[in-house]
Amino acid sequence: MANKLINQMGLPKSIANIFTARNVITAKDALSHTEFELMELLDVGKEEVTSAMAHVSEVVCPPCQTALLLLEQRVRNECMAGHLPTRLKGLDEALCGGIPFGVLTELVGPAGIGKTQFCLKLSLLASMPANCGGLDGRVIYIDVESKFRSKRLIEIGINSFPEIFLKKGMAQEMAGRILILRPTSLSEFAESLHQIKVSLLQQQVKLLIIDSMAALVLGERDCGASRQQALGWHVSFIKYEPYRYHGVVVTHTIFTVALAIYLRLRTSTFFIEVLILKACRSLAEFSRIPVVLTNQVRSQIGDESRMYSFQAAQSRSIIKDNPATYDSHLVAALGINWAHAVTIRLVLEARSGQRFIKLAKSPISPALAFPFKITSSGMVLLDDDGVEMKGPEISTINCQGLSLSSLAVSSAEYFLTKNT
Amino acid sequence: MEVGMLPISASKRGKLLAAGYTTLDAIARASPTHLARDIDVSDSEASEILSLATKASSALERERPNGTHTAVVGGGQTAWDMLNEEKFSSCITTSCVDLDNILGGGIKCKEVTEIGGVPGIGKTQIGIQLAVNVQIPQEYGGLGGKAIYIDTEGSFMVERVLQIAEACIEDMAEYSHQFHKDFQACDVKVHPNNILENIFYFRVCSYTEQIALINYLDKFIMENKDVKIIIVDSVTFHFRQDFDDMALRTRLLSEMALKLMKLAKKFCLAIVMLNQVTTKYVEGSFQLTLALGNWSHSCTNRIILFWNGNERHAFIDKSPSLKSASAPYSVTTRGIRNSTSSSKRIKMM
Repeated sequence: MANKLINQMGLPKSIANIFTARNVITAKDALSHTEFELMELLDVGKEEVTSAMAHVSEVVCPPCQTALLLLEQRVRNECMAGHLPTRLKGLDEALCGGIPFGVLTELVGPAGIGKTQFCLKLSLLASMPANCGGLDGRVIYIDVESKFRSKRLIEIGINSFPEIFLKKGMAQEMAGRILILRPTSLSEFAESLHQIKVSLLQQQVKLLIIDSMAALVLGERDCGASRQQALGWHVSFIKYEPYRYHGVVVTHTIFTVALAIYLRLRTSTFFIEVLILKACRSLAEFSRIPVVLTNQVRSQIGDESRMYSFQAAQSRSIIKDNPATYDSHLVAALGINWAHAVTIRLVLEARSGQRFIKLAKSPISPALAFPFKITSSGMVLLDDDGVEMKGPEISTINCQGLSLSSLAVSSAEYFLTKNT
Repeated sequence: MEVGMLPISASKRGKLLAAGYTTLDAIARASPTHLARDIDVSDSEASEILSLATKASSALERERPNGTHTAVVGGGQTAWDMLNEEKFSSCITTSCVDLDNILGGGIKCKEVTEIGGVPGIGKTQIGIQLAVNVQIPQEYGGLGGKAIYIDTEGSFMVERVLQIAEACIEDMAEYSHQFHKDFQACDVKVHPNNILENIFYFRVCSYTEQIALINYLDKFIMENKDVKIIIVDSVTFHFRQDFDDMALRTRLLSEMALKLMKLAKKFCLAIVMLNQVTTKYVEGSFQLTLALGNWSHSCTNRIILFWNGNERHAFIDKSPSLKSASAPYSVTTRGIRNSTSSSKRIKMM
């Protein structure tokens, strides 16, 4: 929309020609100037500029829908009015049906807690035929850390839906709908996104899982400035423009040069994260599929609670600095920009040996935590009513009472049981 | 120079000056044909310039102390008139009594309010609650208006709007039962679908579309006069990443804010802008601050939502008329409501 050409918008010929003559070709060029600037640039009077811009704006403006129309479209066209049921009763009820279409859902938690298990189950559910409650579609699973195990997938399938899975050829058909991609770098991932976008419409892809997003983005952070510049990848619906550091006069001191490179690197990485985010979001939204991302955790570094300036002024002792909790209090690896961008955030944590899945951020659900365990049929909730959590505690990530080695063992157990 | 005040193109201005017309009086006294000949434009253009000049000079006339004029400057309003207007200015309730109290009744029409907070604190919830509450009929103390919801992030969830709309209707029914016990027929005739129908939704995917939409809103609201609130969620999202030229970004943001302000004043509606937060390094520590900082000075009020222990609070950060105070609120399945804790309600700073 923004790249629509001005001379195709039905403006009176005279003014359209003036726009072209002054190199204001697309709507974006025109709207990137204030009205006063356009008056000076095009050398026309205020009224003419205002009416031309009103016309351009009307053409470029997104269409108007009512909330009722949105609801009706979803109810009419989509499974469960736009939700993928997870078959976890408490979670599905809290999420008004399941993982919502068209938005990003994030799964965050420490290693070994069950994020990949959850993703495996979701892939199965999306590939199941509609009469069994699935989405009857293909799944694209982006497996950055090579954690996907087909054996485990089949095991979950057989144990959760025996009547479907044991039918002849069913397992092959369903597993055949799940496509696993293993990009080794961000540029490869960007290429895959591009291809996914193309195939989405043609091949009935109904679910996109990225496991894990953090590994993909953070893996790229340590590379030097030159490699950043060499990332010439191009995502078709977002143009990546390397940050041009205008007007920097590289002076003689090393300090200034180092600063310039540092800033370039920092802003480049920031741009990469943001671009990936925008790509995933627009993919989810315009093809109306659920997109699930997993996120890693890292230990807390010092007191990470951030306050506003008016809070800091008021009281110094609101947050007690308790270093003893740092190891068990984890924080999501990707920062606040991700937190803003995902719509649903599911936090998986362990407290006193019991694992919980918490609805940390969801516009449609109360703040509930459900205890769960991992069995041969994947994730199983131990209590469908959930525990209501007050305050920001719903967003904290604990890892108490479960050492990482024991987590690894308990998941490996299930790989070994069905060894036949 | 007075000629510089005329809204005409730069080249015409240049020609006028070159031909010796330096004051508006001089232009006003000339005849169209002479003007056309002197500055080498067509007759119609010359008469256009003339009419602009006479309009501008008569506006100037009123400024000169000429004795018996009551209006000192055209287009102004006395403070007394404004006071009378303000008394009757409408507010949109937020469904939380404490929040309404610190806001002086609710979100005010004709004003621009910016609301910012960390992810998950309830900005979109407040936005949706206001979009529903603006539609409360006048019999129940509301404005009976429609809402425009501009979504830049894709965080508008229709299921939630339905939940809040249904709760609002239940509350209205409860209210009518309590206060109109004698009117049995006073059942609320509003259906949740009616409420959803009156929320106009725009999904904006780039800053270009955002600016285009704000420009187009003038025409849209002319055609839909009962729109009483515009909610932008969130206003700075598209401006945070795509820009190389920061100065341009500031200019565009300021112009957008001014246009919204004009819309608010012209159509008597409330503008609510939701904003994200980011961290900044100040005085030796990291602090939270609203994105793009003081991006616009034309926000009348600024409210920050934050966590205070286990409770959500709203703090009035900037307002020309409201006292700096914070109030607790909560987000429930029915929408924004009073906080359930029994501790002291409103804290004055």
